[in-house]
Amino acid sequence: MATAAWPEKKDRSLIGKSITRQDGPVKATGRAKYSFDMNPKGLLWAKPATSPHAHAKLVSIDTAKAEALPGVKGVWKDTDLIGEEVRYIGQIIACVAAESEEIATEAAAIVEAKYEVLEHQVIDNDIKFATGRASEQEVGKVADGFKEADVIIEGDYGVPVITHCCMEPHGQVTEVRGGELYSWPSTQNVSRWADRLDDAVGIERAKMHVDCQYMGGGFGSKFSFDKWGIIGTLLSKQTGRPVKLLLDRDLELSIAGNRPSGYTHIKLGLKNDGTITGFEGSVWGTGGGGGYRLRAFPYVFEPKNRKTTMKGIRTNRGGQRAWRAPSHPQTCLLTFSALEDAAAKLGIDAAAFYKKNLNLTARPDVYAEELDIAMKMIGYAKKAHLRTKLDAGPVKRGLGIAMHTWGGLGHASECRVTINPDGSVKAEIGTQDLGTGARTVVSIIAAETLGLPLEAIDTKIGKNAYPASGGSGGSTTTGGISVSTRMAATDALNELLGIAATKLGVAADKLEAKGGRIREIGNAAKSMSWTDACKMLRTGSISKTGANNRTEAQKAGLIDAGVGGVQIADVSVDVETGVVTLIEMVAVQDCGLIIDMKTCESQVYGGVIMGITSALFEEALYDAATGRMLNADMEFYRIAGIKDVGKLKVHMMTGEKYEKRGIIGVGEPPVIAPAAAISNAVANAIGVRVPYLPLTPDHVLDALA
Amino acid sequence: MTADENTNMQGKGLSRRGFLKGVGAGGAVATIATGCSTIDRDGAVSLTPRGPEETSITLNLNGRRRKLKVEPRVTLLDALRNRLDLTGAKKVCDRGTCGACTVLVDGEPAYSCSMLAVEAVGRKITTIEGLGTPEKMNAVQKAFVENDAQQCGFCTPGFVVACTAVLTKNPDATLEEAQAGCGGNLCRCGTYVGMNQALMDAAKELKGGA
Repeated sequence: MATAAWPEKKDRSLIGKSITRQDGPVKATGRAKYSFDMNPKGLLWAKPATSPHAHAKLVSIDTAKAEALPGVKGVWKDTDLIGEEVRYIGQIIACVAAESEEIATEAAAIVEAKYEVLEHQVIDNDIKFATGRASEQEVGKVADGFKEADVIIEGDYGVPVITHCCMEPHGQVTEVRGGELYSWPSTQNVSRWADRLDDAVGIERAKMHVDCQYMGGGFGSKFSFDKWGIIGTLLSKQTGRPVKLLLDRDLELSIAGNRPSGYTHIKLGLKNDGTITGFEGSVWGTGGGGGYRLRAFPYVFEPKNRKTTMKGIRTNRGGQRAWRAPSHPQTCLLTFSALEDAAAKLGIDAAAFYKKNLNLTARPDVYAEELDIAMKMIGYAKKAHLRTKLDAGPVKRGLGIAMHTWGGLGHASECRVTINPDGSVKAEIGTQDLGTGARTVVSIIAAETLGLPLEAIDTKIGKNAYPASGGSGGSTTTGGISVSTRMAATDALNELLGIAATKLGVAADKLEAKGGRIREIGNAAKSMSWTDACKMLRTGSISKTGANNRTEAQKAGLIDAGVGGVQIADVSVDVETGVVTLIEMVAVQDCGLIIDMKTCESQVYGGVIMGITSALFEEALYDAATGRMLNADMEFYRIAGIKDVGKLKVHMMTGEKYEKRGIIGVGEPPVIAPAAAISNAVANAIGVRVPYLPLTPDHVLDALA
Repeated sequence: MTADENTNMQGKGLSRRGFLKGVGAGGAVATIATGCSTIDRDGAVSLTPRGPEETSITLNLNGRRRKLKVEPRVTLLDALRNRLDLTGAKKVCDRGTCGACTVLVDGEPAYSCSMLAVEAVGRKITTIEGLGTPEKMNAVQKAFVENDAQQCGFCTPGFVVACTAVLTKNPDATLEEAQAGCGGNLCRCGTYVGMNQALMDAAKELKGGA
């Protein structure tokens, strides 16, 4: 009998190898149809009308002029909002559907609304704007920690609000036909995108068909149907036509989610030898109009006496959403800035300082191993210098280190695997591929389990008609979909082995599927081809559904949670211009058992690059006077281009010690540490801390002034 | 309209779509963009207004003549995506920054969001769909797939077109030169490491060294 346990390394034909993603060719040739690309017959375009005020009472909405425009076919008004407050610029108050995108845009612009303008507040970095009570979290007694210390070091640091800036904007194409909803949303949550949409649009959940084969980035911001999902569906219902509603770039950047800011004052107690004895952090920031919360301080290194005080600032900005590794990148930057500043003040080498305190981390052995590898990769011994020993001349080099952690336990998931009499195999699962390679992962697991080549599996994802699988967030997808696929494929295979057993005259529990054959374990002479075995399925196909029961799967070693990760940056800074250049960066990452080395490494490179971008360029800039986001576009909301990222090298931890843990997701971890590592490298290069991200020339020159 | 006239029109810096939108469909700029203009020896321009209603045009698209009706205000990108269902070129920034809409115009990479469809008349337009198919990819596409130079894939067609343009013109390009060729494109997933390798591999294949 086949069992669900992952095969030993010697028995793996696909798992852990470097496998090319299966949907590569359709993407590279422009044939992949994303939600934005759906053009069903009779399509109407919808464009929202939005509030021009950051804070106002909405008095009335008048769509008469818009409706009179030739080509306008439908109008939706947020009547519930009349008499209520709009809370940020770009908040949707109405929407028009028209025969063309141009007409819809024109019509949305002539929707007339009356407002009573109220005072707004968009400043997020000044604690005097904090609202509500501070939340406090103390472990041990931080006062004791400071009493134990030889020195107390204090510092101020900050991370601004940044946005997801998905290449494909939020939105969907919706078609209500025969009382049923056919929807093509850009989502990271195919199976549950439509949950709770039913009440809002008056269509039963069972009559909602969701299809998302390709989506252009989510990063945590695309779980829900959102207001535009409701509007698009209602407009389709109203007009009897399919409706395309995807946000324009300015709305995508200003209202479709962002990562909350974090500003802090940190107090750190240390022994003269570098031992951390106490850590106190006061943090504030904004998540828009709602609540505010970052994870508690400090990050990775947790002395027994520590305290976090947190206060939120409500602002008239678009609301926060989960952003890849929620709250970790901010807390990492704030903590590791303080840690390396402390090491520098004590005159201790940063790597030595971290090594001295590794007992304060959850995984000292993992971090130690990873730190050594990272140091070797970047040539630390040769390049490292103390902050007091700066390069001569205007261009100065420096190294910086940061570490991170993440959970990543596979989410709940179901998968159906069907073996047909003609030998074909289908794997159906309601997951989605955000570019992580999820589609390929399902194929790899099914093929490995059934002893077949990758191409033998017809993998179907991206529809809520398939067995439900969790949303892709928190690095939970690879673990979840791998286990459910493995369970289903193993069950299906065992039934086939039972049938083959009679024919081969070998007990089923002595059979295995390998290299396209069903054979006796250890005796290739007793075997039959996969196709011949499947031909015996006279009664029809074998179809089995498998599930990831997280607790059991973790106990069985199929999945696990908790990774480390170390990154080191090598930068040069021109102190005359303030320009920071990332020369090189190394990332060492563990994530348990790796399924596809190629897409796994891509994820890590991608995370590192996204982190580099946040370090060097990103900030949602708001104008205090008007409450408007000033850079809701891609010229001034910069993301890194191909020449901005320097030389990057990723090292994945492999071997029995890591692989026996089972699968752990890797989407979040690599994006956490880059900003902290780069900020530390800049401080190491120029001798002073640039306290606030991004590390733009103005911030660098301010720090040097 | 002749290509020369087109060049003259572009030389006046009137290709920015935001400006056209600002002036309005019936304005003088949109009229110029319809191409019904002549320039005499003294440089005086005489104009024949067209639009704002739809006008019939024929585009030379991926080696085929495609007839369509567009209002003069419609960008080449929107004409491709919304009128011809050629959705490989993507709409991301819609203002000439990110390169996701890149197509070839007479062999040169161009942001199709920043060009009107009527401006494209008489030019040879190649979109991502004209460069290869999943079964028969060009050298750049193959190298992108092999080196995993794509994740979500939304920016990929624009990068592939830009990279194809730079490497076709100069297969001897250094990595730096090749990078400069796609310096007008942006990726959010962070696929540049695979892309660097893809650029080098594709250049090698185009030189016949693969």
